[in-house]
Amino acid sequence: MKYAARRALHSLLLWIALSALFFVFADLAPGDYFSELRLDARVSSGTVAAMRAQSGAGRPLAVRYARWAAAAVRGDFGHSLAYDSPVAPLLWPRVRATLLLTGTATLLAWLLAVPLGVWAATQRGTWRDGVLNAVLSLLLSVPDLLLAIVFLVFAVRSGLFPAGGMTSAASSSMNPAEQARDIARHLVLPVAVLVLGMLPVLARHVRASMLEVIDAPFALAARAQGIGRRRLLFRHLLPAAMNPLISLFGVSLGTLLSASLLVEVVMGWPGLGPLFLEAIMARDFPLAVAMFSAAFLMAGNLAADLLLCYFDPRIRTG
Amino acid sequence: MAERTKIRSALAFLAALHAAVALAGFLAPYGFADQRRDYPYAPPARLRFLDASGRFHLRPFVYGLAPDGAGGYREDTAGAYPVRFLFHQRLFGVDEPGTIFLCGSDGYGRDVFSRVLYGGQTSLVTGLAAAFVSLSLGLALGIAAGFYGGWLDRLIMRGGELAMALPWLYLLLAVRAFLPLHIGAPEAFALLVAIIGGSGWVRPARLIRGVALSARERGYVEAARGFGASDAYLIRRHLLPMTLGVALTQATVLIPRYVLAEIALSFLGLGIGEPAPSWGNMLAEARQYHALVSHPWMLAPAVAAFPILLAYLILADALMERQREGG
Repeated sequence: MKYAARRALHSLLLWIALSALFFVFADLAPGDYFSELRLDARVSSGTVAAMRAQSGAGRPLAVRYARWAAAAVRGDFGHSLAYDSPVAPLLWPRVRATLLLTGTATLLAWLLAVPLGVWAATQRGTWRDGVLNAVLSLLLSVPDLLLAIVFLVFAVRSGLFPAGGMTSAASSSMNPAEQARDIARHLVLPVAVLVLGMLPVLARHVRASMLEVIDAPFALAARAQGIGRRRLLFRHLLPAAMNPLISLFGVSLGTLLSASLLVEVVMGWPGLGPLFLEAIMARDFPLAVAMFSAAFLMAGNLAADLLLCYFDPRIRTG
Repeated sequence: MAERTKIRSALAFLAALHAAVALAGFLAPYGFADQRRDYPYAPPARLRFLDASGRFHLRPFVYGLAPDGAGGYREDTAGAYPVRFLFHQRLFGVDEPGTIFLCGSDGYGRDVFSRVLYGGQTSLVTGLAAAFVSLSLGLALGIAAGFYGGWLDRLIMRGGELAMALPWLYLLLAVRAFLPLHIGAPEAFALLVAIIGGSGWVRPARLIRGVALSARERGYVEAARGFGASDAYLIRRHLLPMTLGVALTQATVLIPRYVLAEIALSFLGLGIGEPAPSWGNMLAEARQYHALVSHPWMLAPAVAAFPILLAYLILADALMERQREGG
């Protein structure tokens, strides 16, 4: 419990340090929303100056950070100048969409990767292992971007799946069950891209960590006692091979969120990625979005730490 | 031994690909900015050996292109243009007004094949240079942390945690967001290398720190220290050579990742801008998928990246396998 609390506190401190660092850098950065706005001939320079004054951009850095942090704690992540609306209501639907996409993809990828990796480990040295390894290597070398674009072209040409977006135009007139079906249909392709991108990495790691334990003396002893193959693999060996995989779960979230950004942009999925890009281009509120993605990743890493603590008594007591 | 063959063939393959890209000025039939505005989105040219009357020609030729009335092109058998080799200081080409677009042309009538070769220069050099930056930083910081330990170690490792707290693409974009958006191509290139290289030092630094930590305790390092060797000498003669294997393996992991990073950033419009080609900004044109559906050859840059990524992957796997066997 002490370990868990320490990890949680650590994540929180890291998050605060990151936000402070970002705030300073964002302040040092040349140009802001208003300098981008000044390029717009329809807005007079007087208006820009007035808007700048109203936003409190002239105050000292520390004061602005304190105000931002205090507001962030209350769930208020500032004001978007481009949308002229608070950032939080803009962010939440995006966060939900990204979570839906990455959550589904993570779940599916692990469900496929674990049996595949375990199977590959039992086939070590045979042609089946070789073929699987070759296929996974090929898959690993296909850029996610290419995969996303090709799938999109497939969707457009075949008409089997909707080409991008999260909902159909008629979504608002559907009943909840139909809406869910509609979203599920839109999910298929982006999830497929993410799963295909993540699967080879995960399966290769599962195989490698299974190989670490497959020849261990306890495995031999268990086999000698006549324990069945499946029970041996999944009840005895897999838990022993679990630790590096749990750490991988935390780390892989970062890769997944990055891949998801590209997929969201290409497939028009209304997640955090396109919003972040838009915020950067307009110099509007990239800070808030970045801090959200950081929070995701940290939550993932924290979850991995806690799982590790739950699965491995050595870490709990150590 | 199988590892050695793998390493050698992957290296040879990579060398050939890099050479092809380096020699783009000679191998490509057109310059990267040469436009044939009268041939937008022309399909890949078909090299022919048999003419309309069925006669065989040793020298391949292409037919001219004529609009087919539906927005596409058909081959115009009235005009045949033999492929000329060592033509205008390039490996091959055809006489005007003929065109030889081996991978088709883009919306401005620029040769996609030539642009993939030239774009490779941007993308691959970004990958190599950024990996060099990352590894130099990783070596310096990793060795400093592992060798000196104490507060320096804690500072560097905490800094690393900060850099790892964001998903890498978000980190790249965030860093990019702090810098001016509208800049010229040379500045954009330098910036890209600095951002990609500078934000990726953590993983190599951690690995190298581990090696340095164990190296510090080795008997011969202790002995050298006992004889009065300076820190600089120990690092140069003992630590650096020991970390080299890890650094090389990391290079084979980082380079392909950074090539992809360049593609991602330029694709999103935050990297190298037109008209200088890079694989990323060429793909950006493919974002308009209605164009892509009828012009699939616009995906050529992403397809070109594939063999390079695969070769690096095989190389990295073989190197890691060898390291494991070597203990």
